[in-house]
Amino acid sequence: MKQSLHHQNQASRRAGGVSAAGEVALRSPSALFWIVLHAVCCLVSLALGFRFSRVVFFLFFSSSSTSLFTSAPLLHTVTTTTTTNITTTTTTTTTTTRTLAFSFPPPPLPPAAENRTRSRVVVGRQGIRIRPWPHPDPAETMRAHSIIERVQREQRLPYGAAKTPRPLIVVTPTYVRTFQALHLTGLIHSLLLVPYPLTWIVVEAAAPAAEPLSGETTALLARSGLRYLHIPFPEPMPDCWPDRRLTEARMRLRALRMIREKRMDGVVVFADDSNVHSTELFEEAQKVNWIGAVSVGILADTEQPSSPIKAEKTNSPVPTQGPACNSSGDFIGWRTFNSLTSPEQIEWAGFLLNSRLVWREAKGKPEWARDLDAASKEGDEMENPLALLKDTSPVEPLGNCGKKVLLWWLRAEAGTGSKFPPGWIIEPPRGARQDD
Amino acid sequence: MEKGIWGFTILIVCSLASRTEGLGMDQNRQILGFRGNAGDALDDDPVGRLKVFVYELPSKYNVDLVKRDPRCLTHMFAAEIFMHRFLLSSPVRTLDSEEADWFYVPVYPTCDLTKDGLPLPFRSPRMMRSAIQLIASEWPHWNKTEGADHFFVVPHDFGACFHYQEETAVERGILPLLRRATLVQTFGQKNHVCLKEGSIVIPPYASPQRMHAHLLPPDIPRSIFIYFRGLLHDGMNDPEGCYYARGARASLWLNFKNNPIFDISTEHPSTYYEDMQRSIFCLCPLGWAPWSPRLVEAVVFGCIPVVIADDIVLPFADTIPWTDIAVFVAEKDIVRLDTILTSMPTEIILRKQRLLANPLIKLAVSFPQPSRPGDAFHQILNGLARKLPHGSSVYLQPGQKVLNWTAGSVEDTYPWEK
Repeated sequence: MKQSLHHQNQASRRAGGVSAAGEVALRSPSALFWIVLHAVCCLVSLALGFRFSRVVFFLFFSSSSTSLFTSAPLLHTVTTTTTTNITTTTTTTTTTTRTLAFSFPPPPLPPAAENRTRSRVVVGRQGIRIRPWPHPDPAETMRAHSIIERVQREQRLPYGAAKTPRPLIVVTPTYVRTFQALHLTGLIHSLLLVPYPLTWIVVEAAAPAAEPLSGETTALLARSGLRYLHIPFPEPMPDCWPDRRLTEARMRLRALRMIREKRMDGVVVFADDSNVHSTELFEEAQKVNWIGAVSVGILADTEQPSSPIKAEKTNSPVPTQGPACNSSGDFIGWRTFNSLTSPEQIEWAGFLLNSRLVWREAKGKPEWARDLDAASKEGDEMENPLALLKDTSPVEPLGNCGKKVLLWWLRAEAGTGSKFPPGWIIEPPRGARQDD
Repeated sequence: MEKGIWGFTILIVCSLASRTEGLGMDQNRQILGFRGNAGDALDDDPVGRLKVFVYELPSKYNVDLVKRDPRCLTHMFAAEIFMHRFLLSSPVRTLDSEEADWFYVPVYPTCDLTKDGLPLPFRSPRMMRSAIQLIASEWPHWNKTEGADHFFVVPHDFGACFHYQEETAVERGILPLLRRATLVQTFGQKNHVCLKEGSIVIPPYASPQRMHAHLLPPDIPRSIFIYFRGLLHDGMNDPEGCYYARGARASLWLNFKNNPIFDISTEHPSTYYEDMQRSIFCLCPLGWAPWSPRLVEAVVFGCIPVVIADDIVLPFADTIPWTDIAVFVAEKDIVRLDTILTSMPTEIILRKQRLLANPLIKLAVSFPQPSRPGDAFHQILNGLARKLPHGSSVYLQPGQKVLNWTAGSVEDTYPWEK
């Protein structure tokens, strides 16, 4: 607000005449005297540790100094040089003031003109307050951080974040292959970003007996830093796609049975290792009542004959699968890019379940829910979670009624014969030259 | 019969429960309403409660100044210009001066800028005097009351004392000719010469378009604890450091420059507004004068203002509940600022943020164009309407003179040329 306005007013502000001391430029012997005085003051300041003003000396020699002593109490320091002998009516208190706590100024000058301001705020020269230890207190820093965290939690409230966050149970079928490290690393990073309590159930299909690479998954999981449950699954993962799909379904069923046995509470999210998930998926999961459906982006080249997803000439160019709503937001059916013959072909990844749906008995379990054993035909087959429902009406469309794609379904794998170094650590072959 | 009694008691209980408005009901809403008079007065409508007559002064007093230097429209003193424009097209304006309750004199005393953009107050008293002489001679209303039913907008540093240095401003006092008029000013400090009884304290102007252009979505997490950007040491005008801000800003820097929860510096980042929206507390310490647009910016961006200015009078203090919204720290307590702010209970911090989120408050401290009901222009009119009807001391006997036209410094009596 104030910039280069008043160089000429500089002197007038310090109305006590302090600067006038410098301006009284008497010629030679007096000039020399002032220089000597200045030097003495500097030495005294060095000794005392704060700026010792020449005001004190000036006032000795000035006769018009009475007005300056009327209002504020005087704070002098003990001077080693002179005995104070001022011809005014005030008493000089010779108290030493240590200046660690405050940097005391010379006496604050009274407000100019008649004392019309009854304010206790003094106009004029003030001290700069510095506390003895101007460094942060770690306990206060921790408190500040906990305040920040609480404020951020409060900020998330209007966006659907529940007051008490519900735990998530993430189910992932996996198996050891070249791309496993790629996919699992991405999934682990996504799960690490989730701000809710999470349990990760990893069902691993047994590797083909030929290669002893069984420690791969274990090593990856141990390094992840997440809370996980590693369930082995005896069958190997088949190579061709339709069989793989069935095996994956059986692996997920195995995980659901584990959830039922342990009576784990929370929202079940089916996160396949090769899929890519947005953090908003986990936010929407908090809103699930019993069974929710989200839109999935299907990233598969549907025209290839070996593609996982079959489609006719696309009637809609948008490769998504998800719930569709009517104008009032109620679930009316599925919206997919390839004309499906039945809803059983909807991917597992697009469903979010309340874990109590798979429990044997749960309080409040609705009557349209079928028991897990009854739903899995012949004991081990379930196309997708819709089999747990008697009819599809209770499905809750999430993600802005399915308009928002919250995850992408992808199956990208290396060729069947592809090999990779164990643990992805490169050992130089025996006999290789070291300086390559 | 018994059922009837049950039904009746249930009805009573429900009505009592619904009347106790509180945090519980508002848990799903992030905006808290107000209890009591403060909140109600914010959306008072002044239209119909008062009539304002706008004098037609020659353009050399207002429009020409802006044409000569359009920077007047964007600096923090622009309220005087926008108030004039608002009144010209407002429904409270009347063209008949006989039925007016208040008279507005459209002069822009702060529109005399240096090349750096700072207003020089040296000719403002003369401009005011010249304008008042003009209206006193051409219309009868000034002499009827010697200005007691006239109002002026004086948004300069120390209001109608017309000086930027506090000591000089105090020495000069309020311009003698304005001693009976109502002053609409940004400066407010208790028991200070430059704030007279009955003045209306308004917020400084901060461009609403600029602020809205930098708005972030409200779910951006607030991660800065305490934020301040601005001058901490005025090396040009106060090299010693004992005068500027009464030592408060220098004290802030020296005590907290190493403290990680403080984000204070003198830089001018281009993300200043965005950073305020990512902060929980925004410091508003005094500078050469106790007020600053920082308060307005903090309120608009939802950052809790920490006001460090002893005895300050905040804008619209009778309608905006500043003690509920802001934190006040005495200047002598600056050394303990970190303890004070970290030991505030979280519930109180959250409550202040919820109150700040109220759009009525954000509107009340801004000057949007075009004007909207409830904005600062309307709050000024509300303030004027609350002073009606005029008391008996306002009107003078014919021929009675109270003001001393020769008081004040001699330079102020020189004629004013553009």
